Amino acid sequence: MTQQALTSVSAREPAPAQGAPRTPLVLLIGNPNTGKTTLFNRLTGQNARIGNYPGITVERRSGDLTLRADGPPRVVEVVDVPGAYSLSARSAEEQIALSAVLGWAENPRPDLCVVVVDAGQLARNLYLVTQLLELDVQVVVALNMIDEVRDNPPNAGELSRFLGVPCVATDARHGTGLAELERAIGAALVLPPRSALRIDYPKPLERDLERVSAALPNEWRESAPRARALALWALTSIESDDELHGVAPALRTLCLEVRAQAGTRDIDHELIATRYALIDAELPKLYPRLETHPKKRKTSERVDRVLLHPVFGFAIFIGLMLLMFQSLFSWSDPAIRLIEACTSQGADFVETHVPQSILRDLVTRGVIGGVGNVVVFLPQILLLFFCIGILEDSGYMARVAFLMDRIMKALGLHGRAFVPMLSGFACAVPAILATRTMERQRDRLLTMLVVPLMTCSARLPVYTLIIGALFPPSRVFGWLPVQGLLMIAMYLFSTLITLISAFVLGRTAVKGRRIPLILELPPYRMPSFTGTLSMMWRRAAMFLKEAGSGILIFTILLWALLSFPRPVHVDHSPLTAAAIHQQGSLAPKQQIQANSAPAATSVRGPSAIEQSYGGRLGKAIEPILRPLGFDWKIGVGLIGAFAAREVFVSTLGLVYGIGDADENTTPLRDKIRQERKVDGSAAYSPLMGLSLMVFFALSCQCMSTLMVVYRETRTIRWPLFMFGYMTTLAYVASFLVYQGGRLLGF
Amino acid sequence: MNLAQTRIGQIVTVAHVAGEGSFRRRLMELGLVPGTRVEVVGIAPLGDPLELLVRGSSLSIRRAEAEGVSVSLGEAASAERKPGSPSRTPGNDTLAARGLARSAP
Repeated sequence: MTQQALTSVSAREPAPAQGAPRTPLVLLIGNPNTGKTTLFNRLTGQNARIGNYPGITVERRSGDLTLRADGPPRVVEVVDVPGAYSLSARSAEEQIALSAVLGWAENPRPDLCVVVVDAGQLARNLYLVTQLLELDVQVVVALNMIDEVRDNPPNAGELSRFLGVPCVATDARHGTGLAELERAIGAALVLPPRSALRIDYPKPLERDLERVSAALPNEWRESAPRARALALWALTSIESDDELHGVAPALRTLCLEVRAQAGTRDIDHELIATRYALIDAELPKLYPRLETHPKKRKTSERVDRVLLHPVFGFAIFIGLMLLMFQSLFSWSDPAIRLIEACTSQGADFVETHVPQSILRDLVTRGVIGGVGNVVVFLPQILLLFFCIGILEDSGYMARVAFLMDRIMKALGLHGRAFVPMLSGFACAVPAILATRTMERQRDRLLTMLVVPLMTCSARLPVYTLIIGALFPPSRVFGWLPVQGLLMIAMYLFSTLITLISAFVLGRTAVKGRRIPLILELPPYRMPSFTGTLSMMWRRAAMFLKEAGSGILIFTILLWALLSFPRPVHVDHSPLTAAAIHQQGSLAPKQQIQANSAPAATSVRGPSAIEQSYGGRLGKAIEPILRPLGFDWKIGVGLIGAFAAREVFVSTLGLVYGIGDADENTTPLRDKIRQERKVDGSAAYSPLMGLSLMVFFALSCQCMSTLMVVYRETRTIRWPLFMFGYMTTLAYVASFLVYQGGRLLGF
Repeated sequence: MNLAQTRIGQIVTVAHVAGEGSFRRRLMELGLVPGTRVEVVGIAPLGDPLELLVRGSSLSIRRAEAEGVSVSLGEAASAERKPGSPSRTPGNDTLAARGLARSAP
């Protein structure tokens, strides 16, 4: 096979836009764990633009590379295609690689594919390369991780001769070979390399291919080799129940027919074994010696003997996970407090320097508070992605999936769902962002839907307030503290419900097709800190950009809901005027108090929040909340808690006229304890406290979570579903707790 | 025997891959074609999945799927001279033998 360089390429390119020639597009494609993303970061200098592939929520990262060698500098756009072992596909997700390579489905058409292969694993990696070459696209091979095979380095020249395209040895982690790769990219863009590789398949398969390729749509037949390759692709990808896009019904019928007529012939075997036979025949020429068990694998297997050991392995695993969790839960705390202090300082500053007005309140409570609500997530997001970066880079993340798969499988989840689930104990927002480490849409969605059920740190202030106020600090059996036991029980309860929900949702709402697990345990490597830092930055920036504005808007809306109509200023909107009229003019506050909550008037004047729309809404929903044991005050607290669960505490404080209440504020606890019903009995019993905690454990009281789910799924459907199922679950569970408890005489 | 019945450290040769269409194809595309040498590197502490070494690369699959991969003990080096023996798929004997002859180191 010789290298064929075609000079005339214009006939196959789409007409360039009028004016300046468009920026050439280069794809980076390769198997997972080949250092593709590291190479991308090296080439583009980390200035990645992040978007999605058309029509699907799979991240598409692109960046600019300036080629400086040989002539004037020219800029090319580089796209990091998701890792794939093969181009054959059965889902829209797996189809991305092929669509990106061929410029299908609104993808821009690439000018060159740089295939990144692991220099130590050519036997497997070359499979994808042969598929690409058969498609008749321009290819340059980056023989990456060459530093790991110094004892048995593959011969780049020999590989180049075999494939008929340029091959450059690179080491993206340390930056070697990049200049040569850039030169090869530049040269290939001028003189596109065209491989003459043609694989001869067994005669019967060749006949099938002719039949199928005759039925291909015109745009699939740009060249004879491509038509043949796409016929192969169609024959091995199309199934009666595949989820592929853009496959004509006639083609589907024909492929199914051809497969059915194959009888005892095994088309998949004919195709795959032929490709591997070709690769296997070449391997002795590529490596100085053939190794069935490469050295770098042996080294990492020795490490695995400890890290995957039934006893030590699990002990280390639990230790590492605790460390990660601890960092999310506790170490982020000073930063979170600092952010909260800054926002309250900022609000105070405005309040002391600007005269009282609606606008001032909008700025302090709405805007500054809203910005604070967004920024407050950053410490945990950054810490979680720091941990994930280290775990992924070192190769341990695959071991986490390997260790936990048996358990996660029982729930219908992937082993990789473990880290996001664990992070859910700290906060659902970073945990949902972390689901991107999973490849499949279904796994991601299912994990996203159940993660908000885990007891996150925002629920703790609520639990602390309720437990502190309504449960005596007594001990069971003389030594077990009731309050501590309750807290542990809430954790166990939420974990149990999360697992059950995953099990149920995985079989109902996100049924989809369960795809068998395929996992690769990559060799252990030193994590790259620059790569990790850049990923932390990207995730944080993406969160601020995508979810930030939504959280800000919701904070302002909630502020308005709980602040209007204002008790002091009379504005002239008809709604407010009507409200005031309705309340009467002499003692409106007292009157409304007397009408709807007579028992609550005993010790204090009413609060502004009570008259707000939010307060009225709280009263309006009281009949719905009654069966759970909640009154309208709790209802208002629940509305406020939608901004973030811990806001429940300060909202309840406002209802009772206590400013700046936190979960340990004694007056607030006392108010809750002293609250009386009409008949003089305590309004809030321990049973109601339990019901309220169960409600908080299960309900989706977090707009930020919903906003992030919306951003990750790109549809309003899943956040609505999440809100619906969690609220229903919370309502039913609280109902059962409260009514069941009453039946039992509590 | 099948892959799920192997023990850690055993070296086996793939004889036949069964299973649901696209997953079977995926396994084969990852290198598990008849005649391929497979080393059972490890089994996860909870009993599932299995870690295999296939063509110098790591591959972990669940027990349920490994049951579909029938194997014979030992390496296939000798099968090189016995065309047809590793493949149980009719009509592919010569092909498998060709692949084997080249894969055997």
